[in-house]
Amino acid sequence: MTHHPVQRPGALAAVGLSAALMLSACGGGGEDGGNGDAGGEDLSITFLPKNLGNPYFDTSNAGGEEAVDEFGGTFSEVGPQEATPDGQVQYINTAAQQGEDALVVSANDPSAICDALNEAREVGVAVVTFDSDTNPECRDVFVNQASAEGIAQTQVELVAEQIGGSGQIAILSAAANATNQNHWIELMEAELEANYPEIELVDIVYGDDDDQRSFDQTAALLQTHSDLDAIVSPTTVGIAAAARYISDSAYAGEVALTGLGTPNQMREYVEDGTVEAFALWNPEDLGYLAAWAAHAVATGQIEGEEGDTFEAGRLGEYTVGAEGEIILDDPFVFDAENIDDFDF
Amino acid sequence: MTVSRSGPGGEEPRVPAPASGSRTASLVAPSRMRSAQRLVHSLLASREVAIVAVILAVVVTATAMNQTFLFSAQGWRDLLLTPSLLMVLAVGSAIVIITRNVDLSVGSVLAITAYMTGRLFIDLPGIPIAAVVVIGVAAGAGLGLINGLLVAFGKVPALVVTLGTMYIYRGIVLTWAGSDRINASDMPGEFLRLGTLQIGSIPLLTLVAVAVLLGAAYYLSSCRGGRQMYAIGSNPEAAVLYGLPVTRRVISAFIASGALAGLAGVMYAARYGTVSAGAGTAWELQAIGAAVIGGVAIFGGSGTVWGAAFGAVLLMTINRTLPIMGVPDFWQRAVVGALIIAAIVLDRWLAARQRRRLEQVREAPE
Repeated sequence: MTHHPVQRPGALAAVGLSAALMLSACGGGGEDGGNGDAGGEDLSITFLPKNLGNPYFDTSNAGGEEAVDEFGGTFSEVGPQEATPDGQVQYINTAAQQGEDALVVSANDPSAICDALNEAREVGVAVVTFDSDTNPECRDVFVNQASAEGIAQTQVELVAEQIGGSGQIAILSAAANATNQNHWIELMEAELEANYPEIELVDIVYGDDDDQRSFDQTAALLQTHSDLDAIVSPTTVGIAAAARYISDSAYAGEVALTGLGTPNQMREYVEDGTVEAFALWNPEDLGYLAAWAAHAVATGQIEGEEGDTFEAGRLGEYTVGAEGEIILDDPFVFDAENIDDFDF
Repeated sequence: MTVSRSGPGGEEPRVPAPASGSRTASLVAPSRMRSAQRLVHSLLASREVAIVAVILAVVVTATAMNQTFLFSAQGWRDLLLTPSLLMVLAVGSAIVIITRNVDLSVGSVLAITAYMTGRLFIDLPGIPIAAVVVIGVAAGAGLGLINGLLVAFGKVPALVVTLGTMYIYRGIVLTWAGSDRINASDMPGEFLRLGTLQIGSIPLLTLVAVAVLLGAAYYLSSCRGGRQMYAIGSNPEAAVLYGLPVTRRVISAFIASGALAGLAGVMYAARYGTVSAGAGTAWELQAIGAAVIGGVAIFGGSGTVWGAAFGAVLLMTINRTLPIMGVPDFWQRAVVGALIIAAIVLDRWLAARQRRRLEQVREAPE
C-alpha cells in the first residue's frame, strides 16, 4: 500500500487510457449492430453481489454467467463476506483499475457506493445495478426484479385462486413502517377492490420480519378471525413463520397461505401441503437479464434512456423505463411442481 | 431463633399473639401465628399469587371476547406453548438477578445455540436429537461460564460485562450465519415434531419449562447453594465476610443462566423451525422484564423463580390477548412497558412500607 501515492496517478492514467481505447473499440462495434465479435467476445463483466456465500446471489450469479457465456464474454464474481455498505467500495475500485467493461452490482446502500461507481463510470466501466438500486445518478441502468404492481397483482391472483375467489383474507406484513410492503399492500387493496369484490381484507398485522413475532401474530390473527380463509404475507420471514404455525395447527388445510417466499424456506411447507403456491422473482433470470443489460450498455447498444430497447437472450426484448429502470417480469410462482429446481 | 409452631394436636398457640399486634407479629415473628393464618397471610402478601390472579383475569377477559382463546384445542395449546421459551429464560435471569447481577447476553446465547442446532443437523446428518440438546445446553453453559468468570474475577459490574458479551455473542452468530438461515427442511422431522408434540393435552416444551422451573425453585428454596445465592444478593459484602463462596455461587448462577438460554435455543429451533442470526433479539429484556414483573427485586436478594415464570406467562399471554381485543400494535408494546414500570413502582412502595413498619416496630416499646 505504501507505494500507492507514487504509482497511483500513473496506474490510473494507464487504466483510463486503456479503458478509453476499449470503449471506443466497443462503441464502434455497437454501432454496426450485431457484429458477433464486438458484440461481446471481449467483454469482461464483473458481478458484485451484496455478499458472497448467499444462496440468493449464488443463483443470480449463475444466471449472469449463463448470459455471459452466451455472448462470449468473461465472467467474474467478487464481493464482500458481509453485506455492509462500505464493503463493496474496494471491489468497485479494483474493477475500475482492471478496466472491466461492465460492473453488475447489487447495492448494499443507495448512496455509500455512489462516488466509487461514478469514478468507475468515468473510466468507462458500464454500471448496471440489479436487485437493489443505488441513486439513479450513480449507474447506467437498474434491473428491477419486479414492479410493485406486478408483485401486488400476482399475490392477489394467487390468493384469489386458492380460496376460490371469495372469502376473508388477512395480511401479515413486515414492520409497520416498511416502505416496500406498505406500497404493495396499498396496491393489493386497490386490486382487491377493483377486481375481487367477493374477497374481504379483514386485518393487517405486522410481524417485524422477526420469526417469533410473525409466528405469534399469525396465531393471534387466526384466533381473532375465526372465518379467515387465507393469509397473504408479502415478506419472506413472515410467510415462513406463518407456514410453520399453520402446518401443525388445527388450521392446516383450512386456511390458505401465500405471499413472497424463497424456495428453501418454503420447501417443507409446500411438500406437506400447507402452502399451495407462493411467489418471488427468479434470481437466476434476474442475473441473466442484468448480464445482458450490462452487455447492451457496454457495447453502446443502449445508453439507459427511457425507450431504449435491447435483446436479452432467451428472455426476449426489453425496454428501458423511466430513470433507466428495466423490469424483469411479473413475479415467478413457485409450487410443488417446480420448487425442487431451485436452491436459494 | 425461637421456634414456636402450633403442633398438629395443639389447639392453642403457645405464644398467643396479642390481638392488636397481629400485624406486628407477622412482621417480626411470623412463626408466632397459627399455621393456617400464616398460610393465608403469606398467600395474600405473595407476589406470585397476585400475578396468577392477573393472568387468570387476562385469560377470562380474552375468553369472554373469544371463546376459542381457551375452549379450543388450538387455543389451549397456544396458551401453554407460547410462554414456555420465555419461562426458561426468565428462570435463568431470575437466578442471576437474585445474586445481584444481571445477564443481558441470554438473547445472543439463544441465537448461537439455535443456529448451532440447525448447523449440527446439517453438518452431521443422523446426529441423535439427545446429543444436539446436550451440546446446545453445554454450549450455553460455556458461554455463561465466560460471563461468570469475567464478572467474578474481572470485578466488573455484570451489566457491563454481559452488555459486552451480548454484542460479542451476537457478532459471533452474525459472522457464522451471515445472511444464511436455517430452514425447516434442514432439520429432521422428528426434531420439529418435538416442538409441537403434546403429552396428554400438555405440549412437551411446556413440560420442559415446568421441569426447569421445579428444579430451579427447589434448589433456590431448599438447597444450601440456593440460599447462599439469596444471601449474596441481599448483601454481597456481608456474604464475603461471612465466608460464603461468593465467587463460586456467582459463576454457577451465570452458568445456569447460560445453560438455560442454550436449552431455550434448542427449543426455539424446534418450535419455530427457522433460525436466522437475529433470533432472540431483545429477548434478554423480556426475560428480565418477566422476572421483575414476577417480583424478583432488580437489586437482588428477593423474589422467586415462580414469580419470574408467572411473569413470563403474563407477558406472553398479554401479548396474545391484546390483538384479540383489537389493541393496535404500538399500544401492545406500551402496555408491556407500563406493566414493568407498575411492577417496579409496586416493589418500591411495598419495600418502603415494609421498612416503615419495621422501624415502627423497632421504636415501639415491647
